[in-house]
Amino acid sequence: MSFPWAEHYTPKHPVMQWVDEKLPLPRLVYNAIGAGYPVPRNLNYFWNFGVLAGVALVIQIVTGVIMAMHYGANDLVAFGTVEQTMRDVNAGWLMRYAHANGASFFFIVVYLHIFRGLYFGSYKAPREMVWLLGLVIFLLMMATAFMGYVLPWGQMSYWGAKVITGLFGAIPVVGEPIQTWLLGGFAPGNASLNRFFSLHFLLPFVIAGVIILHIWALHIPGSSNPTGVEVKGPQDTVPFHPYYTAKDGFGVGVFLILFAIMLFFAPNYLGHPDNYIEANPLSTPAHIVPEWYFWPFYAILRAFTVDFFFVPAKLLGVLAMFASILLLFFLPWLDTSPVRSGHYRPTFKAFFWLLMFDVLILGYCGGAPAEEPYVMISQVAAAYYFAHFLIILPLIARFEKPLPLPGSITESVLAKYAKADGETAAVPAE
Amino acid sequence: MRRRDFINIAAVSFAGVGAVVVALPLIDQMNPSADVLALASTEVDLSAIQPGQAIKTTFRSQPLFVRQLTEKEIAEADKVDPSTLRDPQTLEERTVDGKKQWLVTMGVCTHLGCVPLGAGEGENRGEFGGYFCPCHGSSYDTAARIRKGPAPKNLEVPKYSFTSDTAILVG
Repeated sequence: MSFPWAEHYTPKHPVMQWVDEKLPLPRLVYNAIGAGYPVPRNLNYFWNFGVLAGVALVIQIVTGVIMAMHYGANDLVAFGTVEQTMRDVNAGWLMRYAHANGASFFFIVVYLHIFRGLYFGSYKAPREMVWLLGLVIFLLMMATAFMGYVLPWGQMSYWGAKVITGLFGAIPVVGEPIQTWLLGGFAPGNASLNRFFSLHFLLPFVIAGVIILHIWALHIPGSSNPTGVEVKGPQDTVPFHPYYTAKDGFGVGVFLILFAIMLFFAPNYLGHPDNYIEANPLSTPAHIVPEWYFWPFYAILRAFTVDFFFVPAKLLGVLAMFASILLLFFLPWLDTSPVRSGHYRPTFKAFFWLLMFDVLILGYCGGAPAEEPYVMISQVAAAYYFAHFLIILPLIARFEKPLPLPGSITESVLAKYAKADGETAAVPAE
Repeated sequence: MRRRDFINIAAVSFAGVGAVVVALPLIDQMNPSADVLALASTEVDLSAIQPGQAIKTTFRSQPLFVRQLTEKEIAEADKVDPSTLRDPQTLEERTVDGKKQWLVTMGVCTHLGCVPLGAGEGENRGEFGGYFCPCHGSSYDTAARIRKGPAPKNLEVPKYSFTSDTAILVG
């Protein structure tokens, strides 16, 4: 579905007409990301991050497929082939650093994309399915990133695999058989490495598939916008191409500059030196932490240190960590406020920033050693995380008095520029 | 029942059972293979281990700690009332009859599987004098029982038997 005023695809060249009759793929692209998709005229730069995440996925797939050409998925040679890629393969160092830092940049843009959705209420009706599919993509990304990190078979790779699969061991009765099944042995070994390689190659294409569903679901109601007021007429939209292709193109340029700075000047900044030591099953690194993008969740995992009733602390930590993400699947029904955008919700806005601060604290504690005061801080921060979604959001939705909403997207845009021009003229009536 | 409905249900059920049967090997192939299972037992020579010393070896490609306890360590372990422990066990229950000084455990923290410190010379043995896991701070006592930190269980004692006075077969 699209708005009735969307531009129609009318190929002029006979070849394009011939293709359109047989396989209307150019028509699909035109309607999805071309002039045929009308988009609210007031999107700000936070709406760039979906496209940036797509760019990051393409970078990962291209560099990843190339890395796989030089990689040996066997515990005897894996570490060596990665080092060989770095030292001997032409531009191999570039591919590997781009792939490793590309993963971090993928998570950076996806986190910003998620925070955009949280602030502007993009998860609310009628876009719940877009939000749910986005969370599926996020879970797939986490699984892919974890398995990819195991492949170089360094110390952090090995112990990361051991600790993360150990999480499943916390499940009563079936936990240990599941752990053994996942690893194909009693500890990470050749069997684990091989299957992780296979799945690490597969999952990005699954992600690409779910992205198509994500965009499909988005295009049914159309994109949201910073006011959260739905599109009311043709004056509220502009065609995706050339308006947002240009704006996204600028965003991609900025993204690539930042990526290149990291890639060429600090390629190991986000990594761990321990991963340049080959995996040793008999020695755990002194400070074992996951990659930065898992730190908030790792802090929640470690926040549980005492048993509660008959549930062991370890199981509680695992349940809380999974719950912290699964909780987000219920968000569209936890926040019942009919106002979407945080711009018009003063109380929500304050608590949104508190949540951002809380997630940063969790992230910091997740990367810190498991000792006081970090354990206590992460306990408080984890409790607040759950309270935000389960208690605070529903209460705000009930008691908050939102600010008056603009009558339409156009009205808000004109009001903004009237102000910018120094005019005191009232908002033009429609 | 109509003949057509019967055929429909029978055909779909048959295909469903077939799909489940095909799924079994697809899932089971991920379980440990025969060559992994073949490494499931290990012999350890104890003759060189002095009282107070421990060695680190491997069993099922995971670390195995073999320690000869000193009199003092045995006394410390016996002094504790098992009912006050998170995973109540006495030292007797964790060792072979008449060989109380030989403590054989997996070197795998029961929290998330790190290798605890304490088997090597000069390593941190934690506040209870046994093993200490550096990952999340679990402390084990001289009988390798969990005393403090997030780990839920004592260090696992694998199945083993003495083949002579100075050798054991694990697994």
